Parts: sequence; C-alpha cells; structure tokens
Amino acid sequence: MNKTYWTNPDSKLLPIVCIVTFIVIMWYGFSVILNAPWEYDKAKRASISLSTTDLISQTWSQKRPKLPTPHQVVKEIWDTTVNKKVTSKRSLIYHGIITFYETIYGFALGTGLGILLAIGIVYNRATAMSVMPWIITSQTIPILALAPMIIVALGSAGFNGLVPIAIISMYLSFFPVVVGMVKGLKSPEQLEIDQMKTWSASKTQVLFKLRAPKSTPYLFTSLKLGMAASLVGAIVGELPSGGGGGLGFRMLSGSTFGNTLHIWSGLFSAAILAGTLIAIISIIQRIVLKKMALEL
Amino acid sequence: MVNFWGAIVFWILAWMVNIFIARQNESRLLNLLPPLLFGASVILIWEASILKFDVSPVILPPPSAIYYKFFSSLHILWEDFVQTAIKGALSGYLIGCVLAFMVSLIADKFKFLERGLLPLGNFLAAMPIIGIAPILVMWYGYGWHSKAAVVAVMVFFPILVNTVQGMKMSDRIHRDLMQTYNASYFQTLIKLRLLTAMPFIFNGLKICTTLALIGAIVAEFFGSPIRGMGFRISTEAPRFALDMVWAEITVAAIAGSLFYGGVVLLEKWITFWHPSQRGRV
Repeated sequence: MNKTYWTNPDSKLLPIVCIVTFIVIMWYGFSVILNAPWEYDKAKRASISLSTTDLISQTWSQKRPKLPTPHQVVKEIWDTTVNKKVTSKRSLIYHGIITFYETIYGFALGTGLGILLAIGIVYNRATAMSVMPWIITSQTIPILALAPMIIVALGSAGFNGLVPIAIISMYLSFFPVVVGMVKGLKSPEQLEIDQMKTWSASKTQVLFKLRAPKSTPYLFTSLKLGMAASLVGAIVGELPSGGGGGLGFRMLSGSTFGNTLHIWSGLFSAAILAGTLIAIISIIQRIVLKKMALEL
Repeated sequence: MVNFWGAIVFWILAWMVNIFIARQNESRLLNLLPPLLFGASVILIWEASILKFDVSPVILPPPSAIYYKFFSSLHILWEDFVQTAIKGALSGYLIGCVLAFMVSLIADKFKFLERGLLPLGNFLAAMPIIGIAPILVMWYGYGWHSKAAVVAVMVFFPILVNTVQGMKMSDRIHRDLMQTYNASYFQTLIKLRLLTAMPFIFNGLKICTTLALIGAIVAEFFGSPIRGMGFRISTEAPRFALDMVWAEITVAAIAGSLFYGGVVLLEKWITFWHPSQRGRV
C-alpha cells in the first residue's frame, strides 16, 4: 500500500476507516444494550446475579439476539456459504444465485426498454410530450406496491418463478436508463449534428455513429443506478411470491420465525451482491471508455 | 360499454392531435394536452380490451371496476392512507430529513468526517436498504413506529449526500465577500451556503418522497396492524380481490404525486432565484 494514502490530507481512506471502526464499536455497544433485557430475565428466573463481563459475553453470543454482533453475522455468512452445499436450501449461495438471476433478467429488460423509450423520446416530439410526463408519474407511484399483484396476476396467467419478479425489477430499473439516455442521446452539439448532415447521413447513421457513442458515459452512469434499483426490485418481488427462494425470501422467513441471524446475513449478502454487480459495471465502464478514448 | 375498435380509433386520433400539437409553438396550456390524451387512450384501450378479449378480473380488472371500488370503499382507503402515508411515511420522512440535515451540518464543520461520510453515504445509498425493514419491524413492533423508522433510515443517505454536496457549491468569491463583511460562521452558513445548497437539498428531498412511500408500504409486508396500504395490498392480492388492490394503488399514486408536487411547489417558492426555476415562468 502506498504511504501517501495515510499522510495525504485529501485521502479518504483514513476517515472511512475511522467511521467504519466507530460504527462497529457502536454496534457492539448496542448489541449489549438491546440484548441485555433477555439475559436479565434469564438470570432472574435462575435467580443468579450477572457480572458485567458475563453479561457482555452472553449478549454477544445469543442464539436469537435482538441485534447480532458483527462477528456473529460474519460467522453465519461463513457457515451458510462455505460449509453448506450450494444446492442446499439453507445455503446463502443458493438463494444468492436465484436473486442474481432475477436481478440480471430484470436489469436486461429494463435497460432494453429504457434505451428504446429514450430513442423514441429523442426522435419523436409527440412521444416526448405525451409519454415523458407519465414516465415521471410512474416513478412517483410506489411501484413496489404492485409486486404482490403482478405476481398473482402473472401466476394465474401461467407465469411463475422468475418472470414476474424480473418484470418488477424491470419496472424499477428502466427509469434511470430513460432519463440518462435521453440526456446522453441529446448530448451531441448542434455543430456535430450539422456536420453529419453535410455528409448526408441518414437518421440511423446519426443515431449509431454520433448519438450512441456520445451517450456511452451517460449509459454507464444509468446502468449503475439501474442495477441497484433492479436488485431492490428482485428482493421485494420475492417477498409475496413465497417458497421460491432468494435473498428476500430468506429475510422474510427469518423475520417470520424470529431468526435475526438469517435476516442480517441475507441483508449483508444483498449488499455484497449489489456492490459486486456495480463494481463489475464500473470495470467495464473504465475499459470501454478508455478504448473509445472518452475518458482517461 | 366501450367498443374495442372505437378505442383504437380514439387512440389513433389522439396520437394525430399530439403530433399536431408537437409541431406548434410552446404554450403551457397546449403542453398539458398530449399527456392527458395519451392517458385517456390508455385507459380506454385497457377497458375495451378487457371486454373484447374477456380477460378475467382476477388477472386485470377494468378501470371502471377500479373506479367503483375506489368510491365505494373510501372510508377504508382513507384509514389506510392515514396509517401508511401520514403516520408511517410522512413522519419517517421528516425524522430522516432532519437527522440527515443535522449530520451533514456537523460533517460540514469537520472536514475529516465529511471525507469519510460522503463515499460511505454514496455506497449505502446504492444498497438495498429496504432489507432492514424486517429488522426494524421486529424492534419497534407492528405499529406505525417501525414504518417511520424504516422510512427515516431509507431517506437518510440520499439527503445526507445531497446536502453535503450542496454545501460545497457556494462560490469562492461569495465566501470571500462574506469574510470581508466580517460574517461569522453561522451568518455565512445561513445567509450564503445553505441558500446555494438549496437546489441540491431539494433534489434529495424529491428523490426521497417516493422512497418514503415505498418504504412504508413494503415495511407493512413484514407485519402491521389490520390497516394500512401495504397490509391491504398483501392480504387482498392472494384473495384475488384485485379491484381493491388497484384502488389502493390509485391512492398510492395520488399520495405519491401530491407528496412530490408539494415538494416541487416548496422548491419553487424557496429557490425562485435559481436558473432552472426562472426559465420556466
């Protein structure tokens, strides 16, 4: 590691490490406070008095704590990923893969729909005027409320499992793509469009040779937002579908049976999944933009 | 009775009118027409296709059925609205915004904190924070308090990131001017920096209006008293009472739009000086 990371006053590493450490310490503290009443109750029933060290060590190792400690969560994730078969329903990897597929399908559908709508909006003023206000309104509707209904409706139409959830996650992910791509496709300057005209370029040529390349930086920014949104869609879509599996299902069953470790490990896996997917897009973004000589 | 082909003809006519309007010069009244015509044709085609293709109301109820259900169960809808939108979403939104605002003021004072909080906040804003809903429902019980807590956590990071970002937006030359006036830290904060931050803060506030409603509704899927929009949706959907579900969605849409519109009005009133607001008048 480079030494300047620590000494450079503009570096972000030290502040981030400090804040994360602070959060972890607070977390341990809160898990003592929140889990203590249960331990006191237990001690009262057994009519023994608790020493402070006993209290702390016991609150940090409960089976069903109100707030599990970070090391319990890490151990739970380790147990349910490395020590379980991938095919087992108790494996987090099994649930993670299900959520991953739902997210990717929804993301692909949402990105496709978003790009098509953006092209329509940029090229046709009537579309822009009549559809754009509804696209914005569609996002003020808490669309996740539609999740149970979409699943029931598509289920009775014969679609089960992946499709309904992918549609919900599509609905969430198309919006950032539309907004970003409209901006991106409109980003060429009048001068450049005129230049294309002097070469007597057709509309499709202007789209593919000028507008599309110019919009790539915007596309990647929207893709990152869209990916985060479609993961949320996938997780929420799993809630009412029941039985199907996935990280959202895992969290719901943890909440029904009061198994807090399942909820926390599911939450962390979802965060890791989101982080990984967004990081992959960032890497692709860096490579593509470098090849196109657009950035760095 | 809506004739299917009639609806199609209406749609084509509406589209032609829209193309005609698109060729005209900008005018506020005319600009309202295309979205209205488009919405009307969608509803007409929806109604007509359900009659024409005999779609079961279990899959998709016609708009007229939703309309009747909406007006025949107003008192239930109102009760759910108060429980979810006012008690859950609005109170959580206010708590989350005030907390985020205070933290960003502290972060602004201590640059060390800001450098750590900004990347962390950006990272957490992209996370599926909705996942904390089951945890908070477990901690705070099934009442509206747990929903408000979920909403507060969800809106916290977007507001924090936007406010911290916005506080940096004042020009060097303006800050220097404040210094020549011998302005104190708080005077500079209130009279210059908070004002220049307002467009960014409002950006965060607008994003969070939808997040707040989503948070409150989804948190109810994890447990709630026997009222609330999320509760009604999750219990009526498996019973195939889809007209009721759609009525709740209509309420959610109206609540979401009003909430968003309210923040936009507030923005217009407070940041009337900003170029993006001046241009429109």
